[in-house]
Amino acid sequence: MVKYILKRVAISIGTVFILATVTFFLVKLLPGDPFQNPTIPAQIQEKQRAYYGLDKPVAEQYFIYMGNLLKGDLGYSLKKTGHTVSDIIGMSFPVSATLGITSLIFSVSIGLLFGTLCAQFKNKWPDYLLMIVAVLGIALPSMVIGPILRNLLGVKLGILPATGWEKPSSAIMPAFVLGLGVIAGNTRAMRASMLSVITQDYVTTARAKGLSPMQVVMRHQFKNSLVPILTSLGPQIASTLTGSFVVETIFRIPGMGKYFVDSISNLDYTMIMGLTIFFGSFLVLMNLLVDIAYAFVDPRIRFA
Amino acid sequence: MDDARENDFEPLGESRPDAELILKRQTTYLGDVWRSFCKNKAALASLFAMAALVAFVVFGPMMRPFDYFSNDYSAINMPPDRIHWFGTDTLGRDLWERVWVGGRVSLLIAILGTIIPEFIGVAIGGLSGYIGGKLDMLIMRTVDILMGIPSLIYLILLMLVMGSGNILTMIISVSITSWMGSARSTRGLVLQIKNRDFVTASETLGASPFWVIFRHLIPNTMGMRVVSITIGIPGVIFYEAFLSYIGLGVTPPNPSWGQLIKAAAEQFRYYPYQFVVPCIFIGLSMLCFNLIGDGLRDALDPKLR
Repeated sequence: MVKYILKRVAISIGTVFILATVTFFLVKLLPGDPFQNPTIPAQIQEKQRAYYGLDKPVAEQYFIYMGNLLKGDLGYSLKKTGHTVSDIIGMSFPVSATLGITSLIFSVSIGLLFGTLCAQFKNKWPDYLLMIVAVLGIALPSMVIGPILRNLLGVKLGILPATGWEKPSSAIMPAFVLGLGVIAGNTRAMRASMLSVITQDYVTTARAKGLSPMQVVMRHQFKNSLVPILTSLGPQIASTLTGSFVVETIFRIPGMGKYFVDSISNLDYTMIMGLTIFFGSFLVLMNLLVDIAYAFVDPRIRFA
Repeated sequence: MDDARENDFEPLGESRPDAELILKRQTTYLGDVWRSFCKNKAALASLFAMAALVAFVVFGPMMRPFDYFSNDYSAINMPPDRIHWFGTDTLGRDLWERVWVGGRVSLLIAILGTIIPEFIGVAIGGLSGYIGGKLDMLIMRTVDILMGIPSLIYLILLMLVMGSGNILTMIISVSITSWMGSARSTRGLVLQIKNRDFVTASETLGASPFWVIFRHLIPNTMGMRVVSITIGIPGVIFYEAFLSYIGLGVTPPNPSWGQLIKAAAEQFRYYPYQFVVPCIFIGLSMLCFNLIGDGLRDALDPKLR
């Protein structure tokens, strides 16, 4: 197992390196130029490009960037003048991560609970009721439910702060909105997964041994239903913790999500690269943890 | 005792050589799936509701004398009445027309945009999970890389190559951004079942890997996959709204459900009906897709046979 993990860590570093390379050249293919601006004289634009080394051949730029990356230097943002990419990520990631963790804890546990209930009461009224809840949760996306909740709870009733990120209670509404889809997805996935476990022989055996229904559900069914949930949890954690463009815009939260869209529409090359490398490393790490967790949750899964 | 035995049994005459013949026509796999699907009343009702929805999407616009793109400034933001059944929008366009015409794009993308990436993902994930070893490592790390590249980048590049606004571009963009998830998920499920006895049995009998994957492993993952397909559909419908925001989706005045909702959400407090109507149809089709998915899950699951 230790050997497998070490090998995977080495491969993961290679994966992120290839990801960075592919993204670097794709970004250069995007139409437009970061310093194109009709109101600024062409000579100044040239100077700006030269300052950031964008006048050099793409291959040379690539080697300079990779050299800096190895030293841990992600460079300066082309658009937020004077800020390094690492600074921007360092400032905004804790905000997004706090919000993301709050949201995930709440939504994953509710999703698993709902899914278990659905499977236990299959095709009875609790199943149908929870399905309608789940369907509403995904049929109303965050860009719709967010403004409605903000105006209702934040402005009209004034129970929770409508926008901003000053008080701990500021996190409640965005975390809820962010978690709706996760609740719905996990409810449905858990229901399906548990239904395929319920008919297994070892569950019948557990019942025949005289275990209480609660013990059968928790010890024999719940744990064995987790594998498919784990698979989707890896990318889910990575994307939730790195922020959501829509939710952060609605609730004016100084998180990381907006940079993912802004940097691409602004052609902020260094920012795009920094974010991709950061998100990519996170994703690769999460998928590695998921693969390791497989073996713990289900001993039948073995990796050579 | 001997007497009783003699009387209890009657010799079968030579005249019935076909006694072993099964008179009932043998059912195919799909026939069997359909039979168990029909037993689920909720799923069957949803199938009919879905058929009705599709019929409205196709024929609904012909039922009223309006079209989806003509403005009528004398009838702006009209609530539903006898002339405009679903009311009108801020430009005075009839919403009955716009909802059904928009449904064409949304449903088409919802269905094709989930099924196509699913096929790709299941095939690749099944192969990766079953073969394992180096191939698994190669495929899964490629998936990691493709998931890591911001999708906006290759969406913009795709728009440059394919042009924007046509259904094909949208379906390709949805497919290339979402097959990775289903590949990872299928692989996870295959890892879980590939060491089971029925797989070993099939291998011992000399089945080719191709046969094992597509005949034994993938049918056993279908139950879970059907559920993720149905849960993914609204995501695709709203993804289309996002695509049109960056200029890849349908172009105005052509409507879609996602766009109708996005446009109406801004003035939800003043004209809630503009928002509620498309929401109801997305919700309704979602509910139908989910119930049909549940019915299919039960029907496809080989363990419940």
